[in-house]
Amino acid sequence: MNRSQRGAWPYLFLTPAIVLFTLFLAVPIGYTLYLATRRTRVSGLGLGRGARREVFVGFDNVAAALADGDLWAGWLRVLGYGTLVLVVMLGLALLFALLLDSTRVRLARFSRIAIFLPYAVPGVAATLLWGFLYLPSLSPIRDVLDIDFLGATTVTYSMANVAVWGGTGFNMLVLYTTLRAIPRDLYEAARLDGASELQIAVRVKIPLLTPAIILTTVFSIIATIQVFTEPTTLRPLTNTISSTWSPLMKVYRDAFTTGDLYSAAATSIVIAAISLVLSFGFLRIVRDRAFGEG
Amino acid sequence: MRANRLGAALAVVLTVTLASCASGEPADGTGAAQSPTAAGSGPVKLTYWTWAPNMDKIVAVWNQAHPDIQVTVSKQAGGDDAAAKFLTAAKAGNPPELVQAEYQHLPSFIAADAVADLKAETAPVKGEFTEGLWGLVTLGTNAVYGIPQDSGPMMLFYREDLFDKYGIEVPKTWQEYAEAARTVRKKDPKVFLGTFSSKDPGAFTGLAQQAGAQWWSISGESWKVNVADEPTRKVADYWGALVKEGVIDDMPYFTPEWNKALNDGTLLTWPSAVWAPGVLSSNAPKAKGKWAVAPLPQWNAGESHSGFWGGSSTAVSAKTPHKAAAVQFATWLNTDPQAIGLLVKEAAIYPAATKAQSSLGQAPDYFANQADFWQQAAAVSAGARGFTFGPNVGVTYNAFKDGFDQALRDGTPFSQAVQGMQDATVADMRKSGFQLAS
Repeated sequence: MNRSQRGAWPYLFLTPAIVLFTLFLAVPIGYTLYLATRRTRVSGLGLGRGARREVFVGFDNVAAALADGDLWAGWLRVLGYGTLVLVVMLGLALLFALLLDSTRVRLARFSRIAIFLPYAVPGVAATLLWGFLYLPSLSPIRDVLDIDFLGATTVTYSMANVAVWGGTGFNMLVLYTTLRAIPRDLYEAARLDGASELQIAVRVKIPLLTPAIILTTVFSIIATIQVFTEPTTLRPLTNTISSTWSPLMKVYRDAFTTGDLYSAAATSIVIAAISLVLSFGFLRIVRDRAFGEG
Repeated sequence: MRANRLGAALAVVLTVTLASCASGEPADGTGAAQSPTAAGSGPVKLTYWTWAPNMDKIVAVWNQAHPDIQVTVSKQAGGDDAAAKFLTAAKAGNPPELVQAEYQHLPSFIAADAVADLKAETAPVKGEFTEGLWGLVTLGTNAVYGIPQDSGPMMLFYREDLFDKYGIEVPKTWQEYAEAARTVRKKDPKVFLGTFSSKDPGAFTGLAQQAGAQWWSISGESWKVNVADEPTRKVADYWGALVKEGVIDDMPYFTPEWNKALNDGTLLTWPSAVWAPGVLSSNAPKAKGKWAVAPLPQWNAGESHSGFWGGSSTAVSAKTPHKAAAVQFATWLNTDPQAIGLLVKEAAIYPAATKAQSSLGQAPDYFANQADFWQQAAAVSAGARGFTFGPNVGVTYNAFKDGFDQALRDGTPFSQAVQGMQDATVADMRKSGFQLAS
């Protein structure tokens, strides 16, 4: 086999991946960037042929997105919501994983499936389900507890509840699988040294789980930044969720309700940039600890 | 965390980008794809986007009689989503030849250059419709952008049995309606006479029209935007005061809670449009025979005004090479007595054509107790007034939802929400470069 032949082979194998990447990632991203620099300009009444044309506006759209108070208010709401979801969901996932992994638990298989099952329910269905439980005149919960689940402040908790309910199982499973992969003799050694189950969990298991915890945290950060399904599905039921409650909802509103694809593209870019900063920032902060680099 | 959410977000982005990707293609993309049938001797094939129920049955009658023009119905979800989808398809260069266009969305279709001017083809049928309805498809310009199909004059739907029980007269004016609302609360604190929905800009628009609002108008080469005009503020403050007083509920329409209230008699009225029987029969089946209809309460005793909630036209895509065939079908569908008969029977619409309105016979099944249902509707329809919709109704309606949501949540004045609608509408039109009259 001569050198040139050998040189072509890897590319042949890479072709499907490159084609798919180009078609479904690079081109859409490129087109979004292109759209973000453009805008329609109307003349006169804007009716009839030729009254509307697309013009280049450079960074105007991105600048407008950055200066938009609604978008930042949305970020603030999502920050609160995200912190809540992250802490509660990952805390519960870790707790469940450790409990299931401990030797004393009963009905382990059943509990594992029961905790994981909500993840299999599609987000829209889950939110509708919870929506019915939140509605004042329909909710069986409201018969017992007099709480307005869809009030101005409570609505955030109600949505976080849906996300936690749906997401805990998946994260629990990731952590649990990692736990099962840890050699059992480590625990035995700890036990011989006189460590209790609690001490084993805190001193042995959690440190060994750190990479998995970081992984689930990054996934969760990205997912909460993109929160869309829960608020959009609950919105028709309450007057406490605006059309720009979360940044992604603003993108949807611009693109499909008010017909402004250009602003939607610009806002998408801002969201992507912030997601990147947050998730890579988090990785950078914890990398040394987790992977022993540096 | 949840791969499906990532997927959904990605899908949205992909739809946006891919759909608009195609806009770079030559404008006659559709034409090129279809020219073989146009040039050949085969039948012309038309696609029709609509959400009217059983439209396929009505189209089958046309197809049988017109082997040379074959129409295929593509069932849509309806409402704002359908409008967004059509605009996206038009931008992508592959819109359907025919589309059901709600009156409030038609101007945005026109502004996007997505629908054709049918002035020449529709001249013979202009007289079939009232001037008010015709104005909705011309926007008061010289062009004609669609053929009116149905209309939604507003009426007051009320629980006859419970009105008797609480000893309330059917209110003739809005003042009487407010009094009745207070009476109901006194007699049974669990029951509301009505509710104000912050989710349904269409209903509010109709009530504003009844009061004489003119949100948009065209003068010469510029738009006049006056969403926060005196009649609109009057309507907003009226409802705002009643909600604040606690005698009118603030539950949105079309929610599970609202359905429950319609069924169990804790909500006594619904100011709605002529299509309400369809909604009531599916959302409140248990209350059949208990609801009755009356004209909307008036602002001044003795008047007989109403507004429109909903209603749509049939528009023809601007880029189709089969415009003549498409208009022929649209004209048949909306003016031919047989077609209108089918529209009323199969699609349960209230026809736009004047003659058809007065020839409707049997009352809807849900209103079997009210034999004069259609006579009432025709009388109300005669006094209904609309206005020209602007090119960015989506922005205005979105501002309605956000503004009134906030007003209900924080207890701020409703007229402030109306001002928000005006400001958002004007700002959006300025940004796009529309000529605005000051």
